[in-house]
Amino acid sequence: MSARVEALVVTQKPETPLRRLASEFFASRVATGAFAALLAIVLMALFAPWLAPQNPYDLATVTVMDARLAPGERGSAGFLMGLGADGAGRDMWSAILYGLRISLGVGIASGVVALAIGTAVGLAAAYRGGWLDALIMRIVDLQLSFPAILVALILVAILGRGADKVMIALILVQWAYYARTVRGSALVERRKEYIEAAQCLALPRARIVLRHLLPNCLAPMIVVGTLQTAHAISLEATLSFLGVGLPLTEPSLGLLIANGFEYMLSGRYWISFYPGIALLATIMSINLVGDRLRDVLNPRLER
Amino acid sequence: MNPPLIEVERLCKRFVKPLDLAARLARRLGADVSEEVVHAVDEVSLAVREGEVVGLVGESGCGKSTLGRMVAGILPPTSGVIRYRGRESAGLKVQMIFQDPFASLNPRMRVADIVGEAPLVHGIVRKEQLDGYVGELLARCGLDPSYQRRFPHQFSGGQRARIGIARALAVKPEFLVCDEAVAALDVSIQAQILNLFMELRRALGLTYLFISHDLGVVEHLSDRVVIMYLGRVVESADSERIFGAPNHPYTQALLRQVPRLETRKTAFQPIVGEIPSPLAPPAGCHFHPRCPQAMARCRSEPPRLREVAPGHLSACHLNDG
Amino acid sequence: MSADPALQVEDLRTHFFTRAGVVRAVDGVSFEVRAGEVLGLVGESGCGKTVTGYSILGLVDPPGRIVAGRILFEGSDLVGLPEAQLRRVRGARIAMVFQDPMMTLNPVLRVDTQMVEAVRAHQDVGAADALEQARAALERVGIPAAASRLRCYPHQFSGGMRQRVAIAIAMINRPRLIIADEPTTALDVTIQAQILHEAQKLCRESGTALIWITHDLSVVAGLADRICVMYAGRIVESGAVDAVLDAPLHPYTHGLIGSVPSRNRRGAPLAQIPGMAPSLVDLPPGCAFRNRCPRAAPACTAEPALAPQGSGRAVRCFYPLHA
Repeated sequence: MSARVEALVVTQKPETPLRRLASEFFASRVATGAFAALLAIVLMALFAPWLAPQNPYDLATVTVMDARLAPGERGSAGFLMGLGADGAGRDMWSAILYGLRISLGVGIASGVVALAIGTAVGLAAAYRGGWLDALIMRIVDLQLSFPAILVALILVAILGRGADKVMIALILVQWAYYARTVRGSALVERRKEYIEAAQCLALPRARIVLRHLLPNCLAPMIVVGTLQTAHAISLEATLSFLGVGLPLTEPSLGLLIANGFEYMLSGRYWISFYPGIALLATIMSINLVGDRLRDVLNPRLER
Repeated sequence: MNPPLIEVERLCKRFVKPLDLAARLARRLGADVSEEVVHAVDEVSLAVREGEVVGLVGESGCGKSTLGRMVAGILPPTSGVIRYRGRESAGLKVQMIFQDPFASLNPRMRVADIVGEAPLVHGIVRKEQLDGYVGELLARCGLDPSYQRRFPHQFSGGQRARIGIARALAVKPEFLVCDEAVAALDVSIQAQILNLFMELRRALGLTYLFISHDLGVVEHLSDRVVIMYLGRVVESADSERIFGAPNHPYTQALLRQVPRLETRKTAFQPIVGEIPSPLAPPAGCHFHPRCPQAMARCRSEPPRLREVAPGHLSACHLNDG
Repeated sequence: MSADPALQVEDLRTHFFTRAGVVRAVDGVSFEVRAGEVLGLVGESGCGKTVTGYSILGLVDPPGRIVAGRILFEGSDLVGLPEAQLRRVRGARIAMVFQDPMMTLNPVLRVDTQMVEAVRAHQDVGAADALEQARAALERVGIPAAASRLRCYPHQFSGGMRQRVAIAIAMINRPRLIIADEPTTALDVTIQAQILHEAQKLCRESGTALIWITHDLSVVAGLADRICVMYAGRIVESGAVDAVLDAPLHPYTHGLIGSVPSRNRRGAPLAQIPGMAPSLVDLPPGCAFRNRCPRAAPACTAEPALAPQGSGRAVRCFYPLHA
């Protein structure tokens, strides 16, 4: 009902789809809050070397004398350890900031690569159809029928430890979601009249796929992208928690949580708790942003 | 008399739903299973002369849209020939105007790009001249050229229809296939767009194949009218003859039932029966189950298109003897 | 024919409160429909005719709501009626037929299930009785082999048949009024003729009042007794069909009739109304049609009222055409 009414409102200035999207998105207070939180987290992670009082991976600055200091106490170097110190004497706040860097970096990077691969594969399947489509979709189905964590564990077991191996595992687990989403979207768009018009105008096929088809398949991909990034971050955290993720030299939030686990019962909650909060906040804000994007990018708004 | 611009000879389009593995196996084992075939267009021949407007009329399932898409080169025919000025391929000379003003424009492209992309890609116009060229086209179609940088969603239905026309004109076509181009528009906007079509015809010497289910519009615009039913041409004649002295029972029924502004509170006298599904068209003459004058012969033998008067073709057994 | 109208709408106003502004979709609409009468509510897209229909049944969703006016039906005002009572009216006393029959029909339920449900929601009868009513209703709308067709799903019917089933459901509880919103717009000419024929027959036989909402003047010409022409949320002209179509008083009605191809000489440019309908957001005061009207004058910056012209006609214009 409201959509029909909105169709009558013809705006006057050139309004890019992006601007329209942004104004719709920020109409929700929750989404705006989540977006602000996410932005803050990303900026904190980005500027970690400047925000953190200590580099937790520089062994020269870390001393075991500070081990297990409670939140609020001062360390040997003189600065306030607002969130306490972990078992090795690292300031928790610094460790979390650096850990966020790793977690976000790995999550986003693997997401971007998986998106690129998944999009290419999904578009090819949708445009060519036939046996190629069937083959690709069977592979995707196979991939998606295994739990992600299981696949990741197997891959890491085969490939070994290391940041790059974990990245490969995350990419291999995620590309299938993108491929399936893009293919579905492309199949719908392919039938639309503006694609027929492009064919009538004898535009080269590559141009039709990249310039006409792809931009209109972006909407569901953005939603999948945000939600998948959250998934990748949580997956990496799980792998690290289980001890098969990133190496000790680059502790992500998962590893921090794992390290602090043994101290939970003895009352030194802060070693696991605060990295856990940081992880939760990150994933929740990404999910809230993704949810709002999904509502806003609903096809009814195309009218 | 002008030479034919487009000639269509015995054109067929069959949509076949292939049998899956289970069905193929069943057939191998002797079961009576065959593929589902839709004869969307069934041996249609027609010719359009230069400068003419030919109206193609019919209801759902008659194949007029499929025929239009084949003529425009979007859909490959299953069999039959389409010739443009005697040659096999028309290239950019044949363009199509689509029905849905919302779906026929790429929502993520600015209007300037929508109209300007093809002429740039095909080298019809150079990059420096593109802005002026696009502006001129938009003005010719009744749009303000300063709106070039806007996106389709910022325009009304009628304006989008004009953008679609400008896009087609950008590649300098000679022949336009209009597939229900005004069906989705309000009456007052429809009048504007129809006037635009007539103006363009006069100014640019265009030829049209005007596909529509709206007989009033077709009568106003067309020189000749072709009536289709379930994939076949049933009648074809000059506009005056079709609307003044229709020969085929289907055309007669169609004309009787079109609501007109002048007829008031008269009882509607519809034809009985549903339009058959194209998957299972009646044998013989496709129209015989609904025809008030059907004979035994109509059930078995498909009638051929015969000339019943100069330039007037009709496919009905009633015309024989 | 009773003296009291079946439905009386007085100064109905339905506004949509969107982020872009207030859209006054229906802005002061008044009309009445008598039993057994067919009223054509005619206008182009955006004129508010569909929202009017939805408002009568209380189907307007936020951000829209009825802000003023009365809808008098069977002794009560439907505006402000509590939802529970509205539900008793909908489907039983006033029914609606939509452009897309799938708005009425549930694709996963069989037709007999849906029709029986519609009956038993408003009548205190057993299942067998309800089924018999359903079968009779399908027969009345001209569906052959009604008993066996009852057991089919909606997708097994063609478009025209589905619309007939929707009409059958609308009629099954013998409502006093049916609101039909462009029910034949998406159908072929021959099928449309069948539906129009059925609608005419049903109204004549059962005395049901019918509001037929459409943009197609030709359909209204053959079907309706009276016609209301809407523009930008208001009724600009109303009267008997013959009077309005043969001698329109409002310049918009005149322009609309003139745009129809059959009213013009073959091949000649069609008489067109220039420009397009105004945006309903923050509509400027005065006559909404003045930017497109060939007869506009400085006085038109004031808003004209719907003025009766005698013999049941009314027009909203300072300079109406003379009959």
